[in-house]
Amino acid sequence: MYIIIVGGGNVGYYLTKTLVSAGHEALLLEKDRVRYRTISEELGEVVMQGDGCQADQQMEAGFGRADAVIAVTGSDDDNLVVCQMAKMEFNVPRTISRISDPRNEKLFAKLGIDATVSATKIIYNMIEQEVGGGELIPLAALNKGKLEIVDAEIGPKSPVLHREIQSLGLPSEALIISIIRDGHALIPTGETTLENGDSVIALVNFEQEHDLRDIFAENK
Amino acid sequence: MNIVILGCGRVGSTLARLMFRDGHNVTIIDLQSEAFRRLGTKFKGNRIVGNGIDEDVMKRAGIDNADVFIAVSQGDNRNIMAAQIAKHVFDIPKVIARIYDPVRADRYRQLGITTLCTTTIASGLLRDFVMTDEWGLEKDYSKDYLTLGV
Repeated sequence: MYIIIVGGGNVGYYLTKTLVSAGHEALLLEKDRVRYRTISEELGEVVMQGDGCQADQQMEAGFGRADAVIAVTGSDDDNLVVCQMAKMEFNVPRTISRISDPRNEKLFAKLGIDATVSATKIIYNMIEQEVGGGELIPLAALNKGKLEIVDAEIGPKSPVLHREIQSLGLPSEALIISIIRDGHALIPTGETTLENGDSVIALVNFEQEHDLRDIFAENK
Repeated sequence: MNIVILGCGRVGSTLARLMFRDGHNVTIIDLQSEAFRRLGTKFKGNRIVGNGIDEDVMKRAGIDNADVFIAVSQGDNRNIMAAQIAKHVFDIPKVIARIYDPVRADRYRQLGITTLCTTTIASGLLRDFVMTDEWGLEKDYSKDYLTLGV
C-alpha cells in the first residue's frame, strides 16, 4: 500500500514511522521548511517538502497512485482541502482526515471525506466512560460517515449485564457484530448473553447512535 | 440584504463599509478584534470575534438569516471550508469565496461555490494592459471607495 501522510507534526511523524516499520510504502508531506529539515534528517527519503493542498505538489508526491491519503495537520480546514483535492484531482480511493472539532465529523462526511478521526472525541468519550460507564467509544466511521463502528464496555453495573442480545431492543439500524471476551472475539447470536468485562462491538447508523447509547448507559 | 462577511482585512472591511453604506444589514467576522479598526467610525454593522469555520460562530453572526456569505479571510482553505459550511449546512443561496490559488479556485467553482481568484484576475488584467494598452475594466471602483470617507 502506498500511503501519503500530510502534516509533519507529532501525529504525522509517528504515523509515518509506524507505517514504514509495518512495511508500507509511505510519504510524509510537510509544508514548513524548518520542520521538514528536522524530520527528514531522521526519516530521510520518506519525507518531502511541499503543500499538500496544491495540485502540482500533490502530483509530484504521487497522489495519483496513492491507496490512501491521510491529512493530520492541526487545522481542520487544511485537512479538509487536502482530502477534497486528493479526491477531485487524483480520485484517491481513501481519504482520512484528522479533525480537532468533533462536530466537523458530519460535515466532512457530507463533503466526501471517507473517514475522520477525532482525538478530542475519543478522549472525551473515555472520560465519559470513566465517569458514567457504558459509553460508546467510536472506533471507525464507514460508508462516508453514515455508519459507525462503536465499542461498549460491559461493567458490573451495566443495565444489560446477563441479558440476551435479542432482549435488548436494539435500534433497527444497529448490529452487534462481535463480542470481545477474555481476549477472544466471538460472533454473537441473538441468544448470546452479555457478561461483565465484555467489549461489545457494534455497527450503527449515526442517526441511531443515541438510542444505542441509551441501552448501554449506566445510571449515574 | 443580510450579508455575512468572513475576514476583516482590506477587502473584507472595505466590502463591509460599502455594503453598510448602501443600506444593507452587514455582519463581519474576524479572529482578532483589532482587525475591526479598519472599519472606521461610520460602520455600525455587527462585529463578531471568532473562527469562521465554527458553526457556533457562524450562528452568532446570524448565518441562519443570511442572504449572502462572503469569505475573504487570509487563508484559502479557511475560505473554502467556511463557504462549504455556509452552502451545505446553512443553505445560504449566495456563497462566494476569495481563493488565491487558481487551481483550487477552479475546482471549487466546479463544486458550486462562486470563487473569486484575485491572482488570475489581476495578472490577466496586467498582461492585457501591457500587450494592448487597453485597461480591461470598464469601471474602476476607486471613486466608490473615496466616497466612504473615514
